[in-house]
Amino acid sequence: MAFYRAHVLVCGGTPCELGGCRAVKDTLLEEVNRLGLSSEIRVLETGCLGPCDQGPVIIVYPEGIMYARLQPGDVKEIVEQHLLKGRVVNRLVYHEKKEEAKSVVTFESSDYFGLQERIVLRNCGRINPESIEEYIAHDGYRALGKCLTEMEPAAVVQVVKDSGLRGRGGAGFPTGLKWSFTAKTDSNQKYIVCNADEGEPGTFKDRLILEGDPHSIIEGMAIAGYAVGANKGYIYIRGEYKLSIERLQHAIRQARELGLLGTNIFGSDFAFDIEVRSGAGAYVCGEETALIESIEGSRGEPRYKPPFPGVSGIWGKPTVVNNVETLANIAPIILNGAAWFRGFGTEKCPGTKVFTMTGDINNEGLIEVPMGITLRQIVYGVGGGIPGGLGFKMAQTGGTSGGCLPKEFLDLPMDYDTLAEAGSALGSGALLIMDDSHCIVDIVRCFMKFFKHESCGKCTPCREGTTRLYELVTKITEGKATNEDIALLTELSRVMQTSALCGLGQAAPNPLVTCLKYFEEEFGAHLNGYCPTGVCTMPVANVKVG
Amino acid sequence: METVRVTIDGQEVEVPSGSTILEAARIAGVDIPTLCYHPDLDVKAMCRVCVVEVVGARTLQAACTQPVSEGMIVKTSSPLAREARRMNVELILSNHPQDCLNCIRNQKCELQTLAEKLGIREQRFERRSRTKNNLDISSPSLVRDMEKCILCRRCVAVCQQVQGVSALGPINRGIDTIVAPVGGCELNSVACTLCGQCVHVCPVGAIYEKDDTQKVWSALADPTKHVVVQTAPAIRVAIGEEMGLEPGALVTGKLVAVLRRLGFDKVFDTDFSADLTIMEEGHELIHRLQNGGTLPMITSCSPGWIKFIEHFYPELLDHLSTCKSPQQMFGALAKTYYAQKAGIDPKDIFVVSIMPCTAKKFECGREEMTDSGYPDVDVVLTTRELGRMLREAGINFATLPEEEFDAPLGISTGAGVIFGATGGVMEAALRTVYEVVTGKELPSVDFTEVRGLEGIKEATIDLDGQKVKVAVAHGLANAKKILELIKEGKADYQFIEVMSCPGGCIGGGGQPIPTNKEVIKKRLAAIYDADKGMKLRKSHENPAVKALYEEFLGKPLGEKSHHLLHTHYVKRGKYKI
Repeated sequence: MAFYRAHVLVCGGTPCELGGCRAVKDTLLEEVNRLGLSSEIRVLETGCLGPCDQGPVIIVYPEGIMYARLQPGDVKEIVEQHLLKGRVVNRLVYHEKKEEAKSVVTFESSDYFGLQERIVLRNCGRINPESIEEYIAHDGYRALGKCLTEMEPAAVVQVVKDSGLRGRGGAGFPTGLKWSFTAKTDSNQKYIVCNADEGEPGTFKDRLILEGDPHSIIEGMAIAGYAVGANKGYIYIRGEYKLSIERLQHAIRQARELGLLGTNIFGSDFAFDIEVRSGAGAYVCGEETALIESIEGSRGEPRYKPPFPGVSGIWGKPTVVNNVETLANIAPIILNGAAWFRGFGTEKCPGTKVFTMTGDINNEGLIEVPMGITLRQIVYGVGGGIPGGLGFKMAQTGGTSGGCLPKEFLDLPMDYDTLAEAGSALGSGALLIMDDSHCIVDIVRCFMKFFKHESCGKCTPCREGTTRLYELVTKITEGKATNEDIALLTELSRVMQTSALCGLGQAAPNPLVTCLKYFEEEFGAHLNGYCPTGVCTMPVANVKVG
Repeated sequence: METVRVTIDGQEVEVPSGSTILEAARIAGVDIPTLCYHPDLDVKAMCRVCVVEVVGARTLQAACTQPVSEGMIVKTSSPLAREARRMNVELILSNHPQDCLNCIRNQKCELQTLAEKLGIREQRFERRSRTKNNLDISSPSLVRDMEKCILCRRCVAVCQQVQGVSALGPINRGIDTIVAPVGGCELNSVACTLCGQCVHVCPVGAIYEKDDTQKVWSALADPTKHVVVQTAPAIRVAIGEEMGLEPGALVTGKLVAVLRRLGFDKVFDTDFSADLTIMEEGHELIHRLQNGGTLPMITSCSPGWIKFIEHFYPELLDHLSTCKSPQQMFGALAKTYYAQKAGIDPKDIFVVSIMPCTAKKFECGREEMTDSGYPDVDVVLTTRELGRMLREAGINFATLPEEEFDAPLGISTGAGVIFGATGGVMEAALRTVYEVVTGKELPSVDFTEVRGLEGIKEATIDLDGQKVKVAVAHGLANAKKILELIKEGKADYQFIEVMSCPGGCIGGGGQPIPTNKEVIKKRLAAIYDADKGMKLRKSHENPAVKALYEEFLGKPLGEKSHHLLHTHYVKRGKYKI
């Protein structure tokens, strides 16, 4: 085996790809060749490294120096200075965007990375996602082998149950319990579905997991299939996730070639195969029953539950639907045990959570932190604070259907239950940070516009209600609303939360309801014709002087 | 039967397990308001009007769909449930035209009734309009007004589940969602059978028949026209409902009387041409049986069915009987035989059909239907349109005397009248075919195996040693099952009757609203009563039909019959209209 004195990992996630990482990688290879270093230095493309707004990024090992915002023109200097002469190119090094930023940091020593705990992202940014050998070299498919050769299906379900793993798609339903429902059913055909229809605005964790470590999902699905008695899996993925789809299909082919998918896997009787189905972009198709309708080729609309998919899913057969991140947790849990997993996070929510940080925050991007971490640790620790010296106004957790939390909640430990209590949700792990220059009513208007657009139109409260919420909130931003309108908004929100058919309509009012509660004064000001931040254009007659 | 105990509004009741909350509540004497729910369809929990509070549940539950479980405690009128129910109705109303006075469904509208029931007195949301200028008048039979649509999707369900057609579906999303023919096309541009079952399930005035009453008023007022009317078998057991009588009232004599009062010059009966159809179709069957013709032969009376097979199974068209439907046979004879007999120039004869059917409006416009040299039938009115004319004319229906149809095209037998019910054509045909083939008199004319509302019925009769196996299907989804059997070579039938609509013509798309299983059962009973009350009950004994052959046609399947009474079909496929 060849020995390289240095490895250059080029982040190949979509954000870096959009920033031109392919050209950077090509130039790197050219330069390394030109200087005759190709037997000493290895250039590799990996999955996402995390700091997506800094792309294209590369890390040079063994030092662990990260370079950010690279252009092909910068590459020559890095190769000649760093790789040839061992001099770090300071001007290109990744800087944490904090007020007192250290000038040079290694990636692992940065606050951004240091606070993270990587289980799901264990291989992201470390291995070549297109190489099954690299996945296997990092314990890949060992968990599947352990299940098939040493464990009964019921024991696999039990370990997942004991681990306390909860669904990472948003609702936080215990994964082991979900598996046990389907395992119990008596059916000649069952299905495992990986829900990769990541539609929540501001969420891109699943995409980066799939791009960075596709085999972890394949392995997780195969284990789930063995546990519940399913031999067919579908990965339902957003059509826009082109790179993820390519990587998945490539990974599935590789797994089939090595007999890790197909029949008699690991010499056992177990057969399992996976098909990738892409969606057409409807937000509602992330809802499991709408997703199933879509897989069946119908219009993506939720079904009435019961029956639940675990009993009657695709074509009426028992179907487990798990999120990408949930499945990525499975192999490490099987290998290391439930107790190990419970060593992370909180008692009720063990493990880690992958978040995607966006908005007014210094370090935008992908992070994995233990459950129960506080909002403050994320925003001011991993996130590096708010740019421009502005104050924290609110964080919306869980995506657009999550609630908005003001600064009073900065020290709230984040897990499924605490956030639900606060009127928000952990949801998909999207974390939108807003500074205090924004008008809360205007922000809510944007959220409502999203739901108006994404309601599938099946049930009355969501179809009609999402538009009415938008209209009424718009009225507030125009300074034309009255107390009656607020009362109507409150009533409509409650009706949607209690009577909409699926989670979309039930959750759509969440940001509005939390903002009405936590930012009452700001709403009140609008009723009086005054927008405190000056974002909303109010009728001239109402403008207060002085 | 397994039961569970549940508490509904404080009252404990024992109900069959598997009941929905809605059913359980009815047992407890509580009628939970519903809107999208329909007893004959599998429509699920979309309108969210029937939501109730179930103790322990995170959200309100749709009573129409949620099954009860042991010990369940339901509060149907809790503050949360009432608030949601009222607001959901308010949301629907705010996006629905408020011109009830001009609506075809005024006073027969489920939304109107519901709003009244709930006492909705104000609407707090700004009025919206779901679509503008979206009146689809492209088809000859049906009008679709999607501005009135409340998206209950019953029409989608009936089209898919009962009729197996799937011409309609939701398009667009959110507030822009509308129900539309496939791909957002006009109705006339898609494979729709025009059966009109969607009209029956529509709770509001979003789908209705194309109104042709004005054409009839004009013809009646035109002194140069000799206006004759034929009434289909199924009208006499349904028109009473339009005039305020209970479903299933048999009002043949009053129907004749009222048509005379309206000013029709002759009041004839499609039962006459139904008898004639049996003569032609019966002989066609015998001919096919004896000469190795295409079998099974399938009836061709129902124009929605004809359009269905033309669209979806064009390769099976040879199985269809070549007989025109009774209405078209009537039209062709009215402008030839009758014109000649009465000494009237056929160009002055105006033929009006009163039909239980919206597809008949399409049928009379088919280009094949002009064998008399003129349009054989000028205007088709549905039962509902006739009701509208009668109400406008102000004729007191209840006090009318019973009158007789005019001769000769008004003379009929019981075999003609049962054409109105599923299995009726089959039964009428068997009565004649048996006696013609065997030369013996039937011991009993009642073929009960082919009666009733079972979706597909089968029977075998013995024609002196030759066993003939027959099948009857009603509702196009059932017809589809039989056609699939034929395609697979598994259908061992010789003769099949197919009617588009559930229950046959008595459940036709042009019948009074409401038409549902309960109402259909009552009309069905009335049809068989009418049959029983007839002196003659076999088509071949109809003296007017005999005279017609003697004076005009010659013999069944003769040259003149071939020209006037038989037709051919069009291979449409799914995309050619």
